[in-house]
Amino acid sequence: MLLDLTAEDKHALENIASKLTTLKKQRRNLIPILQMIQKELDYLPRESLKMVAEHLEIPESEVYGVATFYNQFRFHPPGKHRIKVCLGTACHVRAGDIILENFERKLEISEGETTPDREFSIERAACVGCCALAPVAIIGETVHAHMAPSKVEGLILRIAIEKEMAEREKQKNESGQE
Amino acid sequence: MPKLRVDGKEIETKQGTTLLQGCLDNDIYIPNLCFLESMEDPSASCRMCFVEIEGEKQPITSCTVNVKDDMVVKTDTPAVRQLQRTALRLLLSVHHVDCKHCPANKKCELQRIAKFLKVGLKPKGLERYLQETEIDRNHPFINHYPNRCVLCGKCVHICRRQHGQSVWTFAQRGFDTVISAYGEAGASSLTCGKCDACVKICPVGALTFKDVQEDG
Ligand code: SF4
Ligand code: SF4
Ligand code: FES
Ligand code: FES
Repeated sequence: MLLDLTAEDKHALENIASKLTTLKKQRRNLIPILQMIQKELDYLPRESLKMVAEHLEIPESEVYGVATFYNQFRFHPPGKHRIKVCLGTACHVRAGDIILENFERKLEISEGETTPDREFSIERAACVGCCALAPVAIIGETVHAHMAPSKVEGLILRIAIEKEMAEREKQKNESGQE
Repeated sequence: MPKLRVDGKEIETKQGTTLLQGCLDNDIYIPNLCFLESMEDPSASCRMCFVEIEGEKQPITSCTVNVKDDMVVKTDTPAVRQLQRTALRLLLSVHHVDCKHCPANKKCELQRIAKFLKVGLKPKGLERYLQETEIDRNHPFINHYPNRCVLCGKCVHICRRQHGQSVWTFAQRGFDTVISAYGEAGASSLTCGKCDACVKICPVGALTFKDVQEDG
């Protein structure tokens, strides 16, 4: 599932396009260029791979081949709430993969993807350093210890409710100002 | 011209050729999947073409050594066969074997090697690991079957040789590695409509023209 570009993405891409014109058309610049784009946008949209291919005058498939080889590149924008499910050794033994699967099913996206409203993205993490709490999931900055499939639903629901409350609060404030 | 002794037989080969090519030219078959004579720097990725050479401690891939005068070579020692059978089993463990519905049936290099090494096409003991995508239809004229592909890289090589750049590329990594024409849909319609080099060179049935066969 590929998401459409937001206005910000488009703006960033224009910036990147002008930056590209200052970079030499050398094959060995491919990875630094991809890193630059990822730094700007936090991911590599399809459109950007095309831009790079055109700039370096190499096939787009080659850019894609190189980019997909490295773990550091992502192809989906990070969600507002980034969910990282630990699959390090301890969490793996404690069935971290089932936690991952539950998030995937609940949000109807796969690991590495982002929901169409860009609220959530799911990724896997190697050991995040608190194995005693395995299995672990991190949402945003918060560590959720001893994860269980039954907790997944609740966590997502809580975020949705918090969002709703924040919106209501905002509306109230706005109407209060009148 | 270099003279070699292979399996007790004297052979003569071209100068500067690889041992694998030299043997093949002399009708001595060594299983191989990823080698083409036009490759400057063979990737030696299929691990099929092992032989033993006198003076070398270990079996060595014959596509990466050049012929030398007086070389003494054995192509069918137990160590060689064991390496080849293991490599083949590993390949088959990620292969969707369904020869009846495959356009390569009877001219497939994998079938040939399996027969030669006396390994069944569905060997037991290894877990089967298949890609989710059975048919990749992204290319405008050609379908790709990841679960038939042996990742030999011949299509990538031949396309680059014919057109300067290759429409095909390796993508992803490890078990997930696939051949892909990502994003080349527009560009490739210029050349691919008139060229069949990759489909022809594929040693298995992993690339087919869309109108030939859509199923299986
Ligand atoms: S590529 Fe086709 S013919 Fe060859 S082993 Fe696989 S299914 Fe059989
Ligand atoms: S598609 Fe065919 S030629 Fe290309 S890498 Fe796969 S098996 Fe080799
Ligand atoms: S393995 Fe998950 S925190 Fe260490
Ligand atoms: S032909 Fe030598 S390793 Fe593949």
